Amino acid sequence: MLDIRFPIGLMFSIFGVLITIYGLATMGNEAMYVRSLNVNVNLVSGICMTVFGVIMLLLSEPVKKMFRK
Amino acid sequence: METKFALAGIDYLIMVVYFIFVLGIGWALKKYMKNASAFLEAGRSMPAWVAGLAFISTNLGALEVMGMTGSGLKYGMLTTHFYWVGAIPAMLFLALFMMRFYYGSKARSVPEYLKLRFNEKTRGLNAILFAVMTVLASGISMYALAILLENVLGWNFNVSLLASAAIVLAYTYLGGLSSAIYNEVLQFFIIVIGLLPMTILVLSDVGGWGGLQSSLAPIVESKGYAADTWTTTWKYTSTESGNPLGVAWYGIFAGLGFVLSFGYWCTNFLIVQRAMAAESMTAARKVPLIGAIPKMFIPFLIIVPGIAALVLLNDPTKGFVLPVNETGQPIYDYTIIMLLKQYLPAGVLGLGVTALLASFMSGMAGNVSAFNTVWTYDIYQSYIRPTTSDHESDDRHYLKVGRIATIFGVVVSIGAAYVASKFGNIMDFLQTIFSMINAPLFAVIFLGMFWKRSTGNAAFTGLLAGFSVALLHHGLTQPEGAATLVKGGWLGVIHTYPVEMAQNFWTAIFAFTTSTVLTIVISLLSKRTKSDEELNGLVYSMTPRLNDNDVKWHQRPWFLATIVGVICIVLTVLFW
Repeated sequence: MLDIRFPIGLMFSIFGVLITIYGLATMGNEAMYVRSLNVNVNLVSGICMTVFGVIMLLLSEPVKKMFRK
Repeated sequence: METKFALAGIDYLIMVVYFIFVLGIGWALKKYMKNASAFLEAGRSMPAWVAGLAFISTNLGALEVMGMTGSGLKYGMLTTHFYWVGAIPAMLFLALFMMRFYYGSKARSVPEYLKLRFNEKTRGLNAILFAVMTVLASGISMYALAILLENVLGWNFNVSLLASAAIVLAYTYLGGLSSAIYNEVLQFFIIVIGLLPMTILVLSDVGGWGGLQSSLAPIVESKGYAADTWTTTWKYTSTESGNPLGVAWYGIFAGLGFVLSFGYWCTNFLIVQRAMAAESMTAARKVPLIGAIPKMFIPFLIIVPGIAALVLLNDPTKGFVLPVNETGQPIYDYTIIMLLKQYLPAGVLGLGVTALLASFMSGMAGNVSAFNTVWTYDIYQSYIRPTTSDHESDDRHYLKVGRIATIFGVVVSIGAAYVASKFGNIMDFLQTIFSMINAPLFAVIFLGMFWKRSTGNAAFTGLLAGFSVALLHHGLTQPEGAATLVKGGWLGVIHTYPVEMAQNFWTAIFAFTTSTVLTIVISLLSKRTKSDEELNGLVYSMTPRLNDNDVKWHQRPWFLATIVGVICIVLTVLFW
């Protein structure tokens, strides 16, 4: 049937990229990150999510099949 | 202090991406929904890890997430009793001793197991109570979510209620149980990843676990408890008054650890259905064990932030407040969303709010997919239109009924949500009443599985009597300071418990004991109606032992169960 790792991987890759870009775009905005203890939590989470998403994608059947070809 | 906040464009964008994915999964599964079994039982084809994560995710509904964080604030680490002495032992028991009968009997639901093991009327009673309970539960959680979104984010109540129901309906209608399960796995990851940044930030803000302990000490002492009551689990349970739960160790052990948890995890079809959808007997037995691994660590994700919120509330420099209700009481269930607001900037905040939406959807889809199965197989097929000789047309017919039941379940849930918004007390009351069915049900199923002598009439009487005693106990007792009859005492008060939790525990204990005693006595007095052969696959002593010789040692259920058990004991000792 469907390999759920594929949609999970794809969704978190999209989330990751969106939030990383947003984190980069708001890098100079110190006031915005006061609440997150002066950590650019968007950048950090964004990168982590992208990594997680890509790993899930690589483990999923559709992507594995693509590489085999 | 302002407790409302607004989301930014990026937050809405994340939410929209999430909606596209949940609906997309339903759409992708649509083509596999060719018969009733595919739609209602996921064709018994789920890998163990998928069903295992769905198993835990469907329990991680919005009320669980919001309630557990609120309980962390109110009761501290004692809340982990719901996990480490509650859920985990029950999940181990389900996996090692019960799943083989649920799965191996080829029953399609828990009520159907009752039919195979006992008789039609026991199934009927359970099926009807279960169907009502699931629809009520999903209505109440829908209401809770919509009111939260209205109060905190200023969203229109009707729009969020109907939109969230429509999304759940769309993907469960398209892809049935498979779609519910796959989405629960996706939702599990969103809940964890969406809440994690908040958990890490709040904990580092209060100075880690050590900082949390020292800042809590004066606050907890001022409440009249020992300084470390909020950061320990068993230490102050030798007396009822020494801890905020108001229950001593034996009450926790018997009420929560045994009766309530085994009642919930081992007999609630909503949960068991996920394991019954597994691809093989070994996989089905592993499902609760795989679910148990993340379950043990969920307290760190949702309870610990609640405990830290107690420090924030008592430190005016943090500017942390909870919304209050009409009577000026803080709404503890809103702790989690206020923590998200406190620590997360736009971007990850959207993901955090999406995590709450995901938890709501996983819980509601669980209810809907369990409801349509019980309705179709245990009520419709048993009492309204039995099977005919034409299997193919039957199958098409039941698929259609399953689909209509999905719509019907969602529509009734929406109705229940509106009743809850007008008469919240009545809905709370009904939910309390229906939750009382689990403890007697566990007594009956347990005796059925492990004692071949137990009979159908005894089971039916045991179930009914246990439920009646639970009602009676609830009607005759109330928690201290109860303002309404919803909390009990509607028949007069003969006993007052220090807190509501204690009352719930003892209700369950009384119901379970009555059910057990009565089922045993009546079984001994009545004739057996099922022969030994008929009980093969349904009762422990009548079923050949399973051996896992063909499974590699590290993939055997017992091996996995040992790991889960050891981690659980280590956690208990660490936070003693």
